[in-house]
Amino acid sequence: MVRSFLIKSYTFLIYFFLYAPILILMIFSFNNSKSRGNWDGFTLKWYAELFQDSQIASALYYTLLVAVLSSLIATILGTLAAIGINNMRGLPKMITLNVTYLPLLSPDIVMGVSLMLLFIFIKLQLGFLTMLFAHITFNLPFVVFSVLPKLRQLSNETYDAALDLGATPFEAYKKVILPQISPGIVTGFLLAFTMSFDDFVVSFFTTGSGVSNLAIEIYSMARRGINPKINALLTLMFICIMLLLLIVNYRMSKDSNKETDVKIIK
Amino acid sequence: MKRRFLVRLVIGFLLVGMVLTLSGCGSSDKPKLHVYNWGDYIDESVIKEFEKEYNVDVIYEEFATNEEMYVKIKAGTANYDVAIPSDYMITKMINEGLLHKINLDNIPNYELIDDRFKNLAFDPNNEYSVPYMWGTVGIIYNKKMVQEPVDSWKILWDEKYSKKILMLDSQRDSIGVALKMLGYSLNSKDPKELNEAKEMLIKQKPLLLAYVGDEVKDKMIGNEAALAVVWSGDAVYMKRENPDLEYVIPKEGSNIWFDSMVIPKTSQNKELAEKFINFMCSTDVAYRNADYIGYSTPHKEVIKMLPQELTSDPSYYPAEGDLQNSEVFEDLSDVLAIYDKIWTEVKSE
Amino acid sequence: MKKKLLTYPYLLWMIIFTIIPLFLVLYFSVVQTDQFGTRFTSEHLARVFEPIYLKVIFRSIALALVSTFFCLVIGYPMAMILASRELKKRDILVILFVLPMWMNFLARTYAWMTLLENNGIINQLLLTLGLPTLNILYTDKAVILGMVYNFLPFMVLPIYSVLRKIDRSLLEAAEDLGATPVSTFFKVIFPLSLPGVVSGIIMVFMPAVTTFVISRLLGGGHYMLIGNLIEQQFLATGNWGFGSALSLILMAFLLLTMGIMSRTDKDREGGRLW
Repeated sequence: MVRSFLIKSYTFLIYFFLYAPILILMIFSFNNSKSRGNWDGFTLKWYAELFQDSQIASALYYTLLVAVLSSLIATILGTLAAIGINNMRGLPKMITLNVTYLPLLSPDIVMGVSLMLLFIFIKLQLGFLTMLFAHITFNLPFVVFSVLPKLRQLSNETYDAALDLGATPFEAYKKVILPQISPGIVTGFLLAFTMSFDDFVVSFFTTGSGVSNLAIEIYSMARRGINPKINALLTLMFICIMLLLLIVNYRMSKDSNKETDVKIIK
Repeated sequence: MKRRFLVRLVIGFLLVGMVLTLSGCGSSDKPKLHVYNWGDYIDESVIKEFEKEYNVDVIYEEFATNEEMYVKIKAGTANYDVAIPSDYMITKMINEGLLHKINLDNIPNYELIDDRFKNLAFDPNNEYSVPYMWGTVGIIYNKKMVQEPVDSWKILWDEKYSKKILMLDSQRDSIGVALKMLGYSLNSKDPKELNEAKEMLIKQKPLLLAYVGDEVKDKMIGNEAALAVVWSGDAVYMKRENPDLEYVIPKEGSNIWFDSMVIPKTSQNKELAEKFINFMCSTDVAYRNADYIGYSTPHKEVIKMLPQELTSDPSYYPAEGDLQNSEVFEDLSDVLAIYDKIWTEVKSE
Repeated sequence: MKKKLLTYPYLLWMIIFTIIPLFLVLYFSVVQTDQFGTRFTSEHLARVFEPIYLKVIFRSIALALVSTFFCLVIGYPMAMILASRELKKRDILVILFVLPMWMNFLARTYAWMTLLENNGIINQLLLTLGLPTLNILYTDKAVILGMVYNFLPFMVLPIYSVLRKIDRSLLEAAEDLGATPVSTFFKVIFPLSLPGVVSGIIMVFMPAVTTFVISRLLGGGHYMLIGNLIEQQFLATGNWGFGSALSLILMAFLLLTMGIMSRTDKDREGGRLW
């Protein structure tokens, strides 16, 4: 059918658009030349160089750790906040929302420098913890704004019905509200993780003690040009994640789908 | 269910992470050396060798620009023992009292640095810095697209090459080029001269393909443009990748730059820092760094060890005569606001 | 209800890590330190209103608006498509949608340059097919493309998460009442998805205003945006006062505009946009 064809082509186009540069990235990880402008033959030398680089390994480790931790904490704090905000009215609500806009509006450098000064002021040594705090801070708005629309969409009736049927507010939340807003929570987590994974400026100014992250490593190469071992790293990361997805997909297809969902497009 | 699996995966990962972090903590009682350098600007094996030889831990951090490094060091956030900034930033840090004086008696390998690179304007008597790498700024051009001799900055204003010219997206480098083209000093503080430079840059803008950063290398190698302003170290690399390219320092003179090793006052282990600098100046280490990085080295012995084709290339090792009208950047702290305004105006056209 | 208490941990966090630093920025913006000492001044704030700087600010906002618009137009259909897939495939597709964003931003943008250059991959392909070449890099088109590329997931995901649970019975009712698919969309689906759309717009537009690396790499650095300008003040000129003033005025302006716009929201719940 025409409609199905249109849908499939649009999807294909968008995903192609998203992945075209990634493909280029991966291809050039095998380029014998360091330059993007010159293909000089196939090689695995950048992969070899990558495995000898302990700086990058350490950076990758911290990147993952900070991203996962900060996203988790931001998701918890932010979801609670969204639930609270949804029940606010008037001035307190407006103030809270505006405060939530602030990290989104702040230029990275202002956020990085002001947080750095804050940490120095409270005599907290720059390192893993300070970088974590900074990441949680800029992750929070993404969680809040991902969960809020789901809360808006919710009707109060199911919650009230649960209470009428004898559930405690906590139970009502756990069994009724949370499952319904879970797409928002997952979205919030994913977006927060994405922001955290690839942050340079704020991380640069709020870290120290040898704690680095991938973005810092890569941006620091700005003057010299990005070393293709970074391409190699990204290619390997991509392959790992794809493998992980395949495993998860396989496991999911073994379970039956109990949830029935609404289809908007027939 | 999928959710439970994912939850287990995340918890497992976190546990592994915690274990690794905690095991990393309270590690060794070995003395620590804190080094702050540009990205991809050292042969990594050198760090490991220093750690082994002196039985210390090197905490190695990187920065992308002098200015970012300056903010971190000025804020006093960490006890960096050795940093490797550029010339004008060193002057600025000296003026602001951010650096320790280096005791050259503790750095016997300092002798191996060519006298040509000592006692320069940004640190007379080398009280605060020891040279690491150096180079020039010049024009790289594609011989197939530019048939005439290139010897002046003026060619970057030639309409014949409209949309085939690349300039650096950096205030001081581009304003400096305009100043040199007009015959002025690239450290000029004269409002009249600066205004002229601004006018010239505004005139040039329609002819430009773009203002670029390090991607200039790939652009010229890929034959995307005919002319560009680049650093000499990159020029050597670019010529190797694309034999149609040639590098020249214009007759009006250009910029000579230096990256040198300094010891910030936040250092808690000055002696170890000096040992490190001495280590970096040893012939073998300096050779490995020069070989890996590919920029020009100030080290006498290393120059002898490098391949003849490299050291005889004037791009890599210009003769004194070529550098007659060239200058090192000075610290322009008080005039930077004017530079910033000019750059904003040029970019807002 | 007691639910409001749930925001307290969050508010505490924001006070420490957002409000206090904000006061620091405010302090810088009204203070001048020179050889005569430290004093309060309005010169930084006043300077923001010079025509050249206003030009920079408005250009940045315009670019952000255009990018947000394209994100919405391109992203909404994608969100609809994602929301209507079966459960299994859907979650995988969603993760696949964000996955490219985990591949370092700089590296991805350089890859775009390789694609869009005059001698780039796309043009080389077009040449071999005998088609005319495109001149996209270093034009506004490339910048918009780059912006949309980087912000698309932030528009698609919130809309998708809302579209997932639109009550089927409403759609059936619309159909029963004789609505065409098009008017069902505009009168039922889109309004119901509005909270998600608003979130998407917020999460794209706001960061987009201060984004400048894309314009520098894909736009050839031809224009200065407010993000560059502010960064320059903190790094190159060391004029933190002016940099802070620029940030503050920009943020205040945007917050005010959002506040005014949300007053037009007829929903009397007092939540403005929400």
